[in-house]
Amino acid sequence: MQAATFLAYLAAAALFIVGIRRLRRPETARSGNTVAAVGMTVALIATLFYIEFQGLILIAIATALGAVVGAVSAQRVQMTAMPQMVAAYNGVGGGAAALIALSEFYHLQMQGDENLVATITVPLTVLIGSVSFAGSVIAFLKLQEIAFTGSVVFPGQQIVNTVLFIGILALGLNAIVDGAIIPFLPPVASVTAVLVASLVLGVLVVIPIGGADMPIVISLLNAFTGLAAAASGFVLQNYILIIGGTIVGASGTILTRLMSSALGRPLRKIIFAGITASGGGKGGDEEERPVNDVSAEAVGEYLKDESDKVIIVPGYGLAVAQAQGVMRELVDALEDEGKEVLFGIHPVAGRMPGHMNVLLTEAGVPYDKLYDLEDINPEFDDADAAIIVGANDVVNPAADDPELDTPISGMPILEVQNAERVIFIKRSLSPGFAGVDNPLFYDTDKTMMLFSDAKQGLQEVVEAVKSS
Amino acid sequence: MLRAGPGSVQEFLTQLAVFVVAAFLGYELISRVPNLLHTPLMSATNAIHGVILVGGMITLSIDAGAPLKIIGFVAVFFGALNVVGGFWVTNRMLGMFRPPVHRVKRRKEG
Repeated sequence: MQAATFLAYLAAAALFIVGIRRLRRPETARSGNTVAAVGMTVALIATLFYIEFQGLILIAIATALGAVVGAVSAQRVQMTAMPQMVAAYNGVGGGAAALIALSEFYHLQMQGDENLVATITVPLTVLIGSVSFAGSVIAFLKLQEIAFTGSVVFPGQQIVNTVLFIGILALGLNAIVDGAIIPFLPPVASVTAVLVASLVLGVLVVIPIGGADMPIVISLLNAFTGLAAAASGFVLQNYILIIGGTIVGASGTILTRLMSSALGRPLRKIIFAGITASGGGKGGDEEERPVNDVSAEAVGEYLKDESDKVIIVPGYGLAVAQAQGVMRELVDALEDEGKEVLFGIHPVAGRMPGHMNVLLTEAGVPYDKLYDLEDINPEFDDADAAIIVGANDVVNPAADDPELDTPISGMPILEVQNAERVIFIKRSLSPGFAGVDNPLFYDTDKTMMLFSDAKQGLQEVVEAVKSS
Repeated sequence: MLRAGPGSVQEFLTQLAVFVVAAFLGYELISRVPNLLHTPLMSATNAIHGVILVGGMITLSIDAGAPLKIIGFVAVFFGALNVVGGFWVTNRMLGMFRPPVHRVKRRKEG
């Protein structure tokens, strides 16, 4: 690699790092994204010089096509659909890495090049890239609710996955040692087989994972694609691929761990068990327990006349009902009355980490009103009302009860029960994703249940606050 | 058959060092980011792994027959989609994050 290319790559890497650093604070985040994009541009231009503009026409056409599809999709996507979009970009990145490694392997074989490092890292890149591609496609289909929604399991799934993985390792090894293990399978065919088998593995690993765990899967696939890019850097002996890919791989892994600890269960359990709505059947046949069923007017009156401090806990139900805008109106109406309004946002609200924050900022809620779990929990003690819209699991005190063993046990919750009154705006008493009944529903002294669609219910509460 | 090419071991060790340092750097960079920014952060790092486009360009620049050209073409297409889509959507998303000073209503009519 020429010195000029190397230095340009170094500059690009520095810009990536500065960009990510700036993304850690809301004030500088947008400029951070721009800085990283500039870094990318530097890396791409340096690469054009490195390859001495060979194949420029095809590169230009393919890049233009990809750029147009990328720009149009990015401009059009709804913020509620961000998780799918990220899954899609993950998938294409991983797919590209697998294809590049396959192509480079073929090329090395033709030339009779005995580059040990490249030869060993090719099957690895193909494996990670293909799993990432296929897994992302499945995640996309699940999130878009096209196919495989919920958890898809079949008997012996673990065994099939394990056998498949061992098979992939054997095929990869066979490619590395020039077909010495499986005599009838030449190296290139072997690597191609690794690609196909890894695609199948990617599908099988993701189909059993249910909706509630999707944020973690997206995060994990992001890390995976980063690793695939880094591995392809070893294949092509290219430093910017190693640096860029590794930073994403490492940061994605951290984010995934943060997420899974926010859910209160280890990553291993999510990947290998595919927990989903379990125990959902127990709801219907229980005896009817009384709830404090109230009208929107009553809620509005309480908020207006008896509250000074209101904390709102939004869940994905809010986004499903497209009620973010009405939520903002409620905030405005309450603030006009001189109330203090805060948002308590659980780390897994929404369908990817931090998704709810994006949805609320889109509706125009300033980000200084959005509090993380550990910051908002002390605030409930002197709050007059906690309004929960389209959420259940994240405020369910059952998660804290050491005597219960539920899918959400151990998950940190928003402690809404410490507020003076708890107001649920919810369609029915049905439990959330995790299928665990919430004891707060039946605390008739404390809790008000407004049975309504999130958007309609909020609309009526806004009117009640304004008019009463 | 399994002989390392000249300079390969040295080169590999350097690459390995870069890999390890970058891994720690990524770890340090992301620790203690508020939940508020997790989605944009993921979306931006998502765009950064689009750096795989560099690999696609190198692959496509090699003149090695039609099948490899097709593979390289698809890889570049994928990589460009990843880069442009990733940075674009992150920029769009962060454009909506309004700082506290702008808390007066300025979008909707009321």
